[in-house]
Amino acid sequence: MPDYSEKVMDHFTNPRNIGEIGEADGTGEVGNPVCGDMMKFTIKVKDNRIEDVKYLTFGCGAAIAVSSMVSEMAKGKTLEEALQITNKQVAEELGGLPGNKMHCSNLGADALHKAIEDYMEKHGTKSASVS
Amino acid sequence: MKTINLDYSAASPLDKAVLEKMAPFFTEHYGNPSSGHSLGEIPRKAIVEAREQIGLLIGAEARDIILTASASESNNLAIKGLLAGGKKKGNHIISSAIEHFSILNQLKTLQKQGFKVTLLPVDSYGLVDPEDLRKAINEETSIISIQAANPEIGTVQPLEELAAVARESEVIFHTDATAAAGWLPLDVNKTGVDMLTLAGDQFFGPKGSASLFVRRGIRLAPQVEGGIQERGLRAGTENVPAIVGLGEAARLARETLAERSAKIAIVRDELKEKLLSEVPHLHLNGHPEKRLPRNLNISVEFVEGEALLMRLNMAGIMVSSGSSCTSQALKSSHVLAAIGLTPELAQGSLLFTLSSENNVDDIPYITEKLGSVAALLRNMSPLYHQFLKEAQINA
Repeated sequence: MPDYSEKVMDHFTNPRNIGEIGEADGTGEVGNPVCGDMMKFTIKVKDNRIEDVKYLTFGCGAAIAVSSMVSEMAKGKTLEEALQITNKQVAEELGGLPGNKMHCSNLGADALHKAIEDYMEKHGTKSASVS
Repeated sequence: MKTINLDYSAASPLDKAVLEKMAPFFTEHYGNPSSGHSLGEIPRKAIVEAREQIGLLIGAEARDIILTASASESNNLAIKGLLAGGKKKGNHIISSAIEHFSILNQLKTLQKQGFKVTLLPVDSYGLVDPEDLRKAINEETSIISIQAANPEIGTVQPLEELAAVARESEVIFHTDATAAAGWLPLDVNKTGVDMLTLAGDQFFGPKGSASLFVRRGIRLAPQVEGGIQERGLRAGTENVPAIVGLGEAARLARETLAERSAKIAIVRDELKEKLLSEVPHLHLNGHPEKRLPRNLNISVEFVEGEALLMRLNMAGIMVSSGSSCTSQALKSSHVLAAIGLTPELAQGSLLFTLSSENNVDDIPYITEKLGSVAALLRNMSPLYHQFLKEAQINA
């Protein structure tokens, strides 16, 4: 078992915001079973803010903790703010990730951004969003 | 919290009798076996005795046993040693797709040096077909190396048949018996193998104790050069306590093998039955019958192995996995890929290796915990949600 931080273990043990929003405003998926990690983020948007965010994750301890942390970081943020969240920030918020987990499991922010972009495409606001 | 170790192939405690036998050689009988004076005498005799016991475990004579420090070292001495030192027929090597990395990685190196390597495929149980071996042999084939049993999926190869094919073509046959030695009866003459690797830590002997049987007449080049220890085939002052420990573990294994293996297989079978019947969407990997008595390998569908392993660890249950996240190289098991498992199933694989410490009383707890952990992780798995949706549509 890799050496995970206390924060990672906390989010792995008690993952926040698990699930899939039924009629989501945006959906974002990353990863595949070959690499070992898959994440599916769904968001509900109200007044340009992420009102709700849920995820489903297939993956290791790091992947689950990352998903949980991203969902907490994104909730309540404006879409523009949420698009600024980086994978690096997520890892920092988690108190760091083992070196070999930085690339394969740290995909949460990418999945969130995809969900936001999906929302923007559906609502024709993509051009206004590019940061 | 109660802990249940189900990962004994990773590491096992020393048999107490082995430890007792080793202890005096750390302090009292610390002498160097090569010494001309009396301090070397008892250690020297102890090595002779240990070598005999190791030989007896596999039906070999003591003088044909080379002592090493790991199965990896024995495997390297067997293949690289033969190709560097022996009268080799040519530049072709045959092995299988599910060998240990101490075989596969040296074959990669040898390939870079110009050797041609054929890795035989295995069927969905992990068995090598002797006919495939027959077809792969050519005039250039110098050595065949096929494991006796697989440490991950437990599948036991038809060693006698494979060695017979090699013998027909007069090709040297090496077997990595690391996972099998101490658990299955092995006889180098009955099976007709020319070289055999075993390691003490797999049957309650110390880590860092291993050996290579080399049939007389086969010439190897040492892979560790220096002094004349091990007839010049493996230099370095002998690790007398480890050698003594390996000898004692080999003696105990030989004397109790049938009983010990049968007892563990009963617990393993019960665990398998309970898990497969009570936890939904499990998949047995490896052969249903031709497998190591203490080995069970199961894939838990829709979830990933490291998360399973961590959750089970929180419940005091220690297992291992072939998922990419649990390997330092971040690659999922080459063995599971070779038997044709889908990436999803390979990622969700769990390896259980039992010992005499395990008993049937723990099985309800293990079953309950694996069931709840699988349910919890499936609840957050996109693959499981997709499966449920598809099942709904089909209904």
